Amino acid sequence: MAVAEEKTSPETTEKSWHGIVLQTLKRNDIHLVPYVPDRVLTPLIKSLHADSFFTTFATAREEEAVGIVSGAWMGGMRSAVLMQTSGFATLANVLASLAIPYQIPLIMFVSERGTLGEFNYGQSLVCRTMRPVLDSLAMEYHTATRLDEFEFIVDRSIKQALTTQAPVALILSPLLTGGKVFDK
Amino acid sequence: MNSDTSARNTKVMNRFDLTSRLVAKLKHEEAVIGGIGNTNFDLWAAGHRPQNFYMLGSMGLAFPIALGVALAQPDRRVFALEGDGSLLMQLGSLSTIATLAPKNLTMVVMDNGIYQITGAQPTPGSAVADIVAIAVASGVGRSSWAADEDDFERLIEASMSAAGPTLIGVRIDDKPGTGTTRRDPVQIRERFMHGMGVREPL
Repeated sequence: MAVAEEKTSPETTEKSWHGIVLQTLKRNDIHLVPYVPDRVLTPLIKSLHADSFFTTFATAREEEAVGIVSGAWMGGMRSAVLMQTSGFATLANVLASLAIPYQIPLIMFVSERGTLGEFNYGQSLVCRTMRPVLDSLAMEYHTATRLDEFEFIVDRSIKQALTTQAPVALILSPLLTGGKVFDK
Repeated sequence: MNSDTSARNTKVMNRFDLTSRLVAKLKHEEAVIGGIGNTNFDLWAAGHRPQNFYMLGSMGLAFPIALGVALAQPDRRVFALEGDGSLLMQLGSLSTIATLAPKNLTMVVMDNGIYQITGAQPTPGSAVADIVAIAVASGVGRSSWAADEDDFERLIEASMSAAGPTLIGVRIDDKPGTGTTRRDPVQIRERFMHGMGVREPL
């Protein structure tokens, strides 16, 4: 199936991390993708906007995006949210009061900043809060570091979230994406 | 715009009464999202419907949740009931809604200028901010204050055939909510999904 899709979508034939996300979202019928942007996520956001399969737009805050996809799920539409590490740090309340207790299959892609070459001290500090929050809520999460296993992680995690009605966070490591580096 | 709140000519109404008036108008399985606390307590008290969703936390997300439902089901009318204090937490959502411009979304802001449920402390905006003016400036052009109960009902009716999202501001008194929602999030979500026609009961 992936091969057939590649033939019809030449712009995503390269096996890039963002091409894999786009194709895997599509294959799992995930249409709605609100986000708070991140430099690393830019190629993914661009390709989502360029593909009429997706309804994708920026929200003012990450928890707003979580509210939107929660409503969409209850209305019968599958969704995923894109954000960066510092955005995830704003979500503890909405995870604990909406996504988890109401059993919403919230699928989050978190571009990881704050490690492996971070240049902003605040980013490195806020990054350290992410996994303890996920652990304290006993949430499913994976840190994706390798392209060869990325599609497996994304596809299986989406399916698990939907079938178990539980949130999942997919942390996109700089090892996968290249991250953001100090360039000026 | 004059933001002198003492100059308002809008009648001070009651949340439960307005909520009951809204619910009485619903004939087509319209969705209603009740914000945290009193807003959903009064929605519950107005008579439970499977198309009602009650928030038990995540203050400020009634409009975003309603936007999600509206996007998923463009043929269904979606109402959202939110308090002024809650909306102040998520003003950015008004711009998102204005940009996406769903035709099937009606937002009601119950504005008493206080955090009634925590001890009636004034909100930071109570003496200076105009929620409807904020909504207009955020891009939600169909935003207006309801002058009284009849005007509220007229605005609700008008919203149902509007070409874009509508926001209705209502000034309300300082009364607490009338009922208490059963705090069972899984059942609330499941019943709501049945009400939305997304699932059948087991």
